[in-house]
Amino acid sequence: MPVSPTTTRGRLWLLAGYGAALLLLLAAPLYLSDFRLNLLAKCLAFAIAALGLDLLWGYTGILSLGHGVFFGLGGYAMAMHLKLEASGGKLPDFMGWTGVAKLPWFWEPFRSFAFAAAMGIVLPALLALFLGFFTFRNRIRGVYFTILTQALVIIVFTLFVGQQKYTGGTNGLTGFATLFGEPLKSPGMKTALYFATVAGLLAAFLLCRYLVKSRLGKVLRAIRDGENRVRFLGFDPSLYQMAAFAVSAALAGLAGMFFVLHVGIISPSAMAIVPSVEMVLWVAIGGRGTLIGAVVGAVVLNEAKSGLSESFPDMWTFFLGGLFIVATVFLPGGLVGLVRQLAGPFGRRNPSHEQLGESSGEQQPVAPREHSG
Amino acid sequence: MDLELQPGELRFLIGPNGAGKTTMLDVLCGKVKPSSGKVIFRGRANAVDVSKRREHEIARLGIGRKFQTPSVFPGLTVDENLEIAMSQNRGVWAVLRAKTSKFDRMRIEANLELIGLADKKRLRAGLLSHGEKQWLEIGMLLLQEPEVLLLDEPVAGMTDRETEKTGELLRQIVRKRTVVVVEHDMEFVRRFASRVTVMHEGKLLKEGTMEEVQRDERVAEVYLGRRRDADAVGSTA
Repeated sequence: MPVSPTTTRGRLWLLAGYGAALLLLLAAPLYLSDFRLNLLAKCLAFAIAALGLDLLWGYTGILSLGHGVFFGLGGYAMAMHLKLEASGGKLPDFMGWTGVAKLPWFWEPFRSFAFAAAMGIVLPALLALFLGFFTFRNRIRGVYFTILTQALVIIVFTLFVGQQKYTGGTNGLTGFATLFGEPLKSPGMKTALYFATVAGLLAAFLLCRYLVKSRLGKVLRAIRDGENRVRFLGFDPSLYQMAAFAVSAALAGLAGMFFVLHVGIISPSAMAIVPSVEMVLWVAIGGRGTLIGAVVGAVVLNEAKSGLSESFPDMWTFFLGGLFIVATVFLPGGLVGLVRQLAGPFGRRNPSHEQLGESSGEQQPVAPREHSG
Repeated sequence: MDLELQPGELRFLIGPNGAGKTTMLDVLCGKVKPSSGKVIFRGRANAVDVSKRREHEIARLGIGRKFQTPSVFPGLTVDENLEIAMSQNRGVWAVLRAKTSKFDRMRIEANLELIGLADKKRLRAGLLSHGEKQWLEIGMLLLQEPEVLLLDEPVAGMTDRETEKTGELLRQIVRKRTVVVVEHDMEFVRRFASRVTVMHEGKLLKEGTMEEVQRDERVAEVYLGRRRDADAVGSTA
């Protein structure tokens, strides 16, 4: 793990750490059972959503408790494609039960995988832009924005449950069989989907890293520190907030698509309030304002969740709540913050680095060190 | 009240608490929209009524504002603070693709020398002292290259040495642009031979050089003799 990111040695350690983590992920099919591999793949999908949320919350200072919606939209887009493929040329089964005679027009293009995959990213981004346009431009922020995202969850949840004819209602969409004609449950497909998720996570990580390192990333952090001051520098914060919100939503959509491929079902409960809040916990406990923290938080918490719910099915939610309190009170920097604190004394051999908070530009490590404030 | 500024002018706004000095600056930079009246920027040919524009548009037109409390971005380094303050295309896409050119680098380095923070450029701005934050903010404003600069009490809370250094900075700034300074520190104002506008209860009380202002009876009344004149005001009211 990182010793001191500002030293060359520290950076080498950091790179070595990332390399090792990537190798561990790539070799996972060799040492994990199919069941565990599938579980890990699901966690990695969640990590993509956590990255997007961190970009929005950790870097731009906007807390969304509605990311389940974007996650769910991505999931539904992929599920619609899988459902159509599973139904062959016929109408999806649930439509028959509810008396729909003909495939609705908006289902039609989802026969194409490319269209479905594109929509899984574009639809959440568009919804975020739409919502952002009316909130950020009117300077609705902080807790008021957060409450609005909760309202969004309720609206979309109700809509999806109510429109049973088109969405499958409470049961959601399930009963998928194949992708590209290949059975979803075949070991080859499982491994391929796992690798696709690793690639997706890597791409999302690199995208976020690029954004965070660019001057745009600096403006986003400036907006977090003082939105009004940014305005007097000549930037229009609402455009930047909308952009961050849209990218964040798109990543949640991508995560939702992978989720459906691994789990084989999407229902409105995946986009309800609890999953939306849980996503925030991944970021908070992993370490907000650091990209690796979001990934670590999502993977560790979800692995812990499945482990604990296997042995103590009733205890998980209590444990999660307790963990959140502990993290908020004792670990404002999350797990990553803890590691940095522990590594701190070793990294401070060179006294000059004690005064240097963080380096700028290219020399920066994964993510800037900062207070969660 | 009317306030007219000439290009390249240095103007001090003084007056007792609650006179409306800060509000005046707020109106000029768009933070507060006036309920009536106009703010005309660049008279004659391409005049713009600033009071109709949004804050970031006003900033892009070339009106810079320094607030009373130092408002730098604590989570960004000194260097990063200057980088985003620099005059540049401020669209989302342009900022994403922005590269710090050699010329930009030179501008930032020269600015760091000027404000005396060259050896602290990698420090997070939140760790700077009060005076250093003020200088950083002045540095940010210089890189923003506004035509009109509005400064709200730039030396408040500074030690004597810091005040002196700020004074020097101000002298450099004034050479190129129009500057309006709200200030309580009379000693500080006296060091700059320039026009002074005295405000009282939202109105213009007196405009002129420091000597003229100091000789003015009404100004002395408002500033010095508040207690003594309390009954006098009462009798005229």
